[in-house]
Amino acid sequence: MTLVERLYLPAILHGLRITVRHFFKKKVTIKYPEEKREFSKVYRGQHVLKRDENGAERCTACGLCAVACPAEAITMVAAERKKGEEKLYREEKYASVYEINMLRCIFCGLCEDACPKEAIFLTDRITPSTFQRGELVFGKDILVEPSDKPIDISARQTKEVLDFKKHKEFSHNKLL
Amino acid sequence: MASYILYKLILVIVVFSVSLLVAMYSTYAERKIAAFLQDRIGPNRAGPFGILQPLADGVKMFMKEEIIPDVSNKWLFILGPCIAMMTACMTGVVIPWGDKLLIGGREYSLQITDINIGILYLLGVVSIGVYGIMIGGWASNNKYSLLGAIRASSQMISYELAMGFAIIALVMHTGTLSVKEIAQMQNGWHWNIFYQPLGFLIFIICAFAETNRAPFDLAECESELIGGYHTEFSSMKLGFYLFAEYINMFISSAVISTLYFGGYNIPFADHFIHNGNVLSVLGTLFLFAKIFFFIFFFMWVRWTLPRFRYDQLMNLGWKILIPLSLANVALTGILMYLTGRIH
Repeated sequence: MTLVERLYLPAILHGLRITVRHFFKKKVTIKYPEEKREFSKVYRGQHVLKRDENGAERCTACGLCAVACPAEAITMVAAERKKGEEKLYREEKYASVYEINMLRCIFCGLCEDACPKEAIFLTDRITPSTFQRGELVFGKDILVEPSDKPIDISARQTKEVLDFKKHKEFSHNKLL
Repeated sequence: MASYILYKLILVIVVFSVSLLVAMYSTYAERKIAAFLQDRIGPNRAGPFGILQPLADGVKMFMKEEIIPDVSNKWLFILGPCIAMMTACMTGVVIPWGDKLLIGGREYSLQITDINIGILYLLGVVSIGVYGIMIGGWASNNKYSLLGAIRASSQMISYELAMGFAIIALVMHTGTLSVKEIAQMQNGWHWNIFYQPLGFLIFIICAFAETNRAPFDLAECESELIGGYHTEFSSMKLGFYLFAEYINMFISSAVISTLYFGGYNIPFADHFIHNGNVLSVLGTLFLFAKIFFFIFFFMWVRWTLPRFRYDQLMNLGWKILIPLSLANVALTGILMYLTGRIH
């Protein structure tokens, strides 16, 4: 090293100059609960179980989502529709229990691809944090969309997606 | 007499609480500055801009469980942080925080006491400070604590020598050991930095080492020694150690500003402002502006430079700074002889 280098002072001053420049730079932090990062249009967040246009649940408890799920986060119990429940469930079979363990879910969206009834979708909502693990096993009370406040999934179900699903290998994915 | 004691008492309390307040907000400033230098925002949850963060930290410290290890020497374990805190608070006594105030025809100096060996007092008290670290580290009965304490004390002893020599050169130039007189001599632009640039450089490097701040924070070196001498300390005893470091930083900034940067003198202000009291108050504010700049500088350096290796630290202290400071003393002597100030 030359004498000037061995003095270290020029190098130190150079370092100080670099850090002080960062002092005045625009900060990259996003103050989360107040500010939200802009999501991609097809962000995969908390799931929703859709209702059809009459307000009946679309899910028929076929179990394809649970089979497709790589994290094995989905469990369900199927039940038969009784007389007088036609307004509630679209088909004769429905899920009496439908649970997604949000701690296991990896938000890959394979359940959405597998669903033949266009019932489950991922939305841009973030799963809230809790203090208890048990609270993160979401049941139908959270997952099914409220009938008076439908959750918009049009960003995920574009024309291209619907066209793509017309391919033969997706022939089960037909809207009734 | 009673009024004199009352005035000194008030001054002591004011200086004490101001140093505590500055130290308190230094912890906040440290986190903010660290964040800003790293393109982050820093604490912003407690109050607007996180202004109440130090209070929250203080409350947290008090609420923490107080753990005294079974194998420790309990008296010394408690004594350690007390010494560290006490010596940190004691140094503010000889620093002239301003000129004097004229109230009701009487002069009130803004310095608690102007002892004629003020600088020696400063060095002495700072040296006692190492006992707080040494005793605390030894009494913990923990290898890491002991290593941290040994590092701290050897580092302080090594750098005190160079610091002492830097001050000797300064004292040769000023001809007095009284901090007040040194501050008064730097009227106008006669700041000592212009007469003792090398001495200042040595002094500020040693000040970093004496306050155990990065890049000389080998005593607490998390990556090697967990927390160094305060590994075993918890609750407010840990708080005292951390707090003492910030008070030390405040005091050393004050000492640097006073010894080398003109203290409370505003250059040429006495030509424009003729009211003595206003001038004194402005001078105090000016001193504090300089102090805050140096506190910022301490933090700026901490978040820029990596930590020294221990052998590098010792090399710098013994092989570079001490010869350099001796040369500075000789150079000062020669220059003083050539300019005819000594015969």
